[in-house]
Formats: sequence, structure tokens, C-alpha cells
Amino acid sequence: MADGDRICALGRLGRRCISLLAMVIDDSSAMRLILGRIMRGLGFDVVEAPNGAEAIARLESGTLPDIALIDWNMPVMDGLAFVNAVRKREEWRNITLMMVTTESEQSQIVRALAAGAHEYVIKPFTPDAIADKLALLGVLA
Amino acid sequence: MTINGWAFTYVADLVKQMTAINLGPGKEYLVENRLAPLAREAGFRDVAALIGRVQASGDERLRRQIVEALTTNETSFFRDREPFTVLRQVVIPDLCRRRASTRRITIWSAGCSSGQEPYSIAMTVIDHPLITSEWSVEILATDVSEEMLAKAKSGRYSQLEVNRGLPAPLLVRHFERCETDWRVVAPVRNLVRFQKLNLAEDFNLPFVDVVFLRNVLIYFDTPTKIDVLRRVREVLRPDGYLFLGGSETTLGLDDAFDRLVAGAGTFYRPRGAGMPEVAGDEPPVGGGAGPRFGTAAPMAARGSAVQASINPLGRR
Repeated sequence: MADGDRICALGRLGRRCISLLAMVIDDSSAMRLILGRIMRGLGFDVVEAPNGAEAIARLESGTLPDIALIDWNMPVMDGLAFVNAVRKREEWRNITLMMVTTESEQSQIVRALAAGAHEYVIKPFTPDAIADKLALLGVLA
Repeated sequence: MTINGWAFTYVADLVKQMTAINLGPGKEYLVENRLAPLAREAGFRDVAALIGRVQASGDERLRRQIVEALTTNETSFFRDREPFTVLRQVVIPDLCRRRASTRRITIWSAGCSSGQEPYSIAMTVIDHPLITSEWSVEILATDVSEEMLAKAKSGRYSQLEVNRGLPAPLLVRHFERCETDWRVVAPVRNLVRFQKLNLAEDFNLPFVDVVFLRNVLIYFDTPTKIDVLRRVREVLRPDGYLFLGGSETTLGLDDAFDRLVAGAGTFYRPRGAGMPEVAGDEPPVGGGAGPRFGTAAPMAARGSAVQASINPLGRR
């Protein structure tokens, strides 16, 4: 590898590879740090938001992630409300939505999937679990 | 590292004798790591002390526990994904054509460990549109470890285990909460029959249509690999299918298999069976890719697809 080269999330090597963008939405700064680190390690660029409302504001401003990792329980706007809001907007239809949450009841998972989330990771998780889910979604090579 | 050369040799010989699995030189770290918890639980100072006691006393229970600790291997649901895509898109449609008169398919998961592989096969079968109620599909899951078979039979998995490789729509459709764990629901569990079987010994099995022998041969020496593959071929129907692990091959071991490729998946068939007709464009295992990275679906249709995927009845 030459200086500046890196392997991006799509498994391509090179300086000019197109990075994928992940948005980590969680009211816990520690969790945003952990997930951000995992996603950068997988070749993503990362932006963050501490709740669903600020995440929507970022989308409105034109920062469109390829994938959003979404906590459920957040102040102002929770994760389910965020998913519902994104799903109402045609121009955001290409954003992959993955819940990453402590909510582990079957009914909650059903609610999130029915609202339009593509995948669901229950906390606690390992980095491999995140990578596995991204591979399932076709986001990771 | 507490074990020395004689202790490692004793353990390697014991494992080879009981399972034919080869623990070659360089695996001393594996022995130390895998036996350390067992030594602690049994009240020994260290692994060397554990092995010394077993060698002196021949304690059968401890011998079995040592072998189990060294021969059980991590697995996950839909591990490597491609074999299950091939199972869904190629194997099941082909076998449904070929077995139309009997409507019976048998699948063997050899070396099933804690059960994620046979249950992944069962979920693929139960969700397949061609497998209607008239079909009888039996999944035989075997392993040499009684501890692993007991866990597999329970169908009970931790949150960490269901987080690995299992699409969320399949989790809600085929599992139920069991305290802090998840348990495979009865219709899926009932498709799988678990049985203790040592691959190094005679199988005594009926003919099967599909064999999953993934990441098992790598632990055997070459003569054992050759022998196991030959005996697998003898129970596999002439038009059947064999799946090996991603880094494994029959090349140099058994020339009576053909290696075939469908998409990103590799599989083997007895020589002369040929390439089956490939099915139409079926969706991949689980919920499928998000719209950007897979087949894009209109938002309205996507919503209904998500609803269908969480339908507890599961049939399409």
C-alpha cells in the first residue's frame, strides 16, 4: 500500500476509493465513541448525532449517510421516531437503517422492523456482530 | 505456559485416539488456553497439574472433558452466508424437482457443534416457498461432543450469539425470548434430529441428499480426511450436494467429487452429477440488503416486504 492508500468499506484499495458514510445516533457519548471507532475500523467515515432530532437536522442540511446506526431511547426524538421520519421522505430512501439498542423484547424488534429499520443489533454487541450485520445488509464487502 | 512436551504429547494422543482430530506441534497455546478453565473448575493449580492427574489416574470423566474442551469450535448462524444462499437458490429447487415423487429430502450437518448450522439450514428450509406441507425434510445434526449436542438440542442461545449472523426478521420469526436468552421455536427445532457421531468411526447412516461438512476436515490428518470424505460420498446420493468450509477442498483428497460454483458459493457433487439448473432470482437469506446496496425496492413495496418478513406464519 502506498502512502494515503486505505481499504474502504467496499473492499477497494486506493486513495481515491469512495468512502461510505455512517451516522451514529446515540445520546451516550461513550457509545458514539465505541461505534464510531468500529465503523472507522471497517472503512467508514463517521458523523454523529446525540438524538433523532439533530440527526434529522443533519439530513436536512444535506449530510446523507449510507447507513445510520440508531439507538432507541434518546431525548427530544427517539430512534423509532427517527426511523418513521426517515421513511416518510422519498429523498432519504437509500439510507440503510440499523437499530443498535438495549431494547431486546421481541415486540420492540418487530416494531422497529415494521417501521422500516433494515436490521437490529441488541446491546451489548461485539465488533464482529456489527461487521456481520453490515455484511448481511450488503454494506460491507 | 505451564505444559511441557510430554503433557502436550499425552493430550494430543488422547484427542487423536478418541476423535481422530490432529493436534500438531504449535498447538500448545491452544491446549493451554482451552484447558485453563477446566483446570480451574476442577481445582487444579494449572493445566500441567490437570494433565498429570489424568495421566496418573486415567480418570474417564476428566479425559472426556479434556477432549471436549479441545474439540468444540465456535460457530454462528448462517456462517459464511454463501452456502445458505446456494442451498436456497440452487439445491432446494433442484432437489424439489428430483424428489417430486417421494417429496422427501434429508440433509446432514456433520460436526454441528452448538447447533447454529442445522438451525440455519432449518430456517432456510421452513421459509422456502417450494417446501410446502406435503414435503418431509429431515435435518440430521451430528457431533462427537455430548456437551455441544446438549446445548444444540436446547435450541437456546445468548443475546451475543443471536447477534451474530442472524438477520433480525429471522430472529423475530423463528425465536422466542427465554429469560435473557432466545430459544429456537418448536417448528424449527422439530426439523432437526441430533445424534452423537464420531466421524472417524463408521457412520451407519441412511442415504442423504445434502451434507454440510464445514470446517471439520481441517482438524484431521490427511489419511483421515481421505477416509472421511470417501465414507461421506458413500452415504451421499449420486445427485446430492456437499458443502465444505471456505478454506477446504476435496482436491487431492477425493477425485470422485466435482467442484461447482453458483454465484459466490462453492459446492461439490459426486462426479457426473453435473451442474443443476439454477433457480430464478430469489432474495438472499434474511431481510435482504438495504435499498442502496441490494435490489432497490419502492418504499411502499419495501414496507409490505418488511411486514411479510415478520409474519409469524412465515409462508410466502
